Amino acid sequence: MKIYADNAATTPVLPEILSVMLPCFTENYGNPSSIYSLGMNALRAIEKARSQCAAAIGAKSNEIYFTGCGTEADNWAIKETARRLRREKGKTEIITTNFEHHAVLHSTQALEKEGFTVKYLPVSSDGYITANQVSDAITDNTALVTIMYANNEIGTILPIKEIGAICREKGVIFHTDAVQAIGHVPINVTTQNIDMMSVSGHKIHAPKGVGFLYCKNGLKLDRFMHGGAQERGKRAGTENTAGIVALGEAITLATTGIEERAAKIILMRDRLIKELSKIPASRVNGGCKDRLPGNVNMSFIGIEGESLLLNLDLAGISASSGSACTSGSLDPSHVLLALGLPHEIAHGSLRLSINEYNTDDEIDYIIETVSKVCAKIRAMSPLWEDLTGGKGGFERFAPLLTPIK
Amino acid sequence: MLYSEKVMEHFANPHNVGELENADGIGEVGNAKCGDIMKMYLKIDNNVITDAKFKTFGCGAAIATSSMATDLVKGKPVSEALKLTNKAVVDALDGLPAQKLHCSVLAEQAIRSALSDYYTRQGIDPLPIVGEVGECASCS
Repeated sequence: MKIYADNAATTPVLPEILSVMLPCFTENYGNPSSIYSLGMNALRAIEKARSQCAAAIGAKSNEIYFTGCGTEADNWAIKETARRLRREKGKTEIITTNFEHHAVLHSTQALEKEGFTVKYLPVSSDGYITANQVSDAITDNTALVTIMYANNEIGTILPIKEIGAICREKGVIFHTDAVQAIGHVPINVTTQNIDMMSVSGHKIHAPKGVGFLYCKNGLKLDRFMHGGAQERGKRAGTENTAGIVALGEAITLATTGIEERAAKIILMRDRLIKELSKIPASRVNGGCKDRLPGNVNMSFIGIEGESLLLNLDLAGISASSGSACTSGSLDPSHVLLALGLPHEIAHGSLRLSINEYNTDDEIDYIIETVSKVCAKIRAMSPLWEDLTGGKGGFERFAPLLTPIK
Repeated sequence: MLYSEKVMEHFANPHNVGELENADGIGEVGNAKCGDIMKMYLKIDNNVITDAKFKTFGCGAAIATSSMATDLVKGKPVSEALKLTNKAVVDALDGLPAQKLHCSVLAEQAIRSALSDYYTRQGIDPLPIVGEVGECASCS
């Protein structure tokens, strides 16, 4: 059995999306900046996609700027807004959280090197922050608040509308990275008080290499790429017509019927969480109340995440972990550490991100396989031996885990 | 990140997993905080390593290097096992990704730690023979 359970990492391009892309390569291949009909047709396709993206999030077409990815949109919004507000108003402070995606965290760290002060709001042990935390942190010196819509590892959904309202009230620009949220929860930038928002295509069945930045009309947006006049002079470079067309189609599909899809996915998610929680000395990471429909994140002490993933892959399951090994650093996931978890628990994490294409049979197989693989790895784990054998030490972790049995 | 086929072979079906009840030397290196712990058991008769087993908590490379390192010392005289380098383990595995080299260092240290324990049990000061069994630089 081959099961894909890593939809938060990326998704396959759907056939109906591929079919709208293909003519952009071979027939409608004109440069969108060209004046002849071949060019105008390409531009028309891009503008259609722009209006699809705008409609999907309650924005206007001229508030959408296509980018190469979600990371680019984050970099653009955060760096250029911060730099502009320092230049124009002398503001040098940024507010974010300590469990953002690295596209945000590394952007704010880069700004720290330029002399900005960044406040990293601490998330609660179940992965939330409150609008009050944001309100308390804002000062006259705050240029920008950037807080993710939903966390990529543990799937917790943050109170974006409330945070947006606070920012409006205090006259601070609010950006949100909605890469994980788009298509999974209904988003309306107007009613949710969002000034800027980053979106990526490949999480919602468009191909890799396309995303967009929403920037509210009236808000100045500095140029990100210098060159031609594309994207109203803000982001130069010949447009990725096929990718943009795909994104327009993908976001339309993804934001249609969210509730019906979510209801089905949540049933599978909750079954995964319930059954995997029966594995001794395990835990669910992140709260379940406001959580992305398809996100499961669990830790199993005595197990190292990468060996869990490789074993699951041998059994045909593609999944992910917050574990460092996957990212090439030795530190465990900064998200799990932000929840206050010890390294021993943070190392042994598993993220399953399912969608409507997964089946009940697949969920059964995942439950059975994860349980088997955990037992196999623990049988050869000296850490597990120490925790369950005479050495003790489990008491320290017991409050965070299900019983060891 | 890309693992060689050899690494995946040793990961999927690791050799020498387990414990030795009457081991003559046991070594444990690494810690849970850094994400890797290796525990190695050696059976030594007449200065020859007649059996070697391991238990490892760690990533794919940690398990593969443990498997390979125990393979490499099994049946060898202690004097040869003392010369085992992390590079020999890496070469035998057809290479490791750069960020995983520390696992091979850990495997080398685990063998040395077990040999150190062996000499200590014999009433022999291991330091002049085995040297300091350091920790992997990445783990300290």
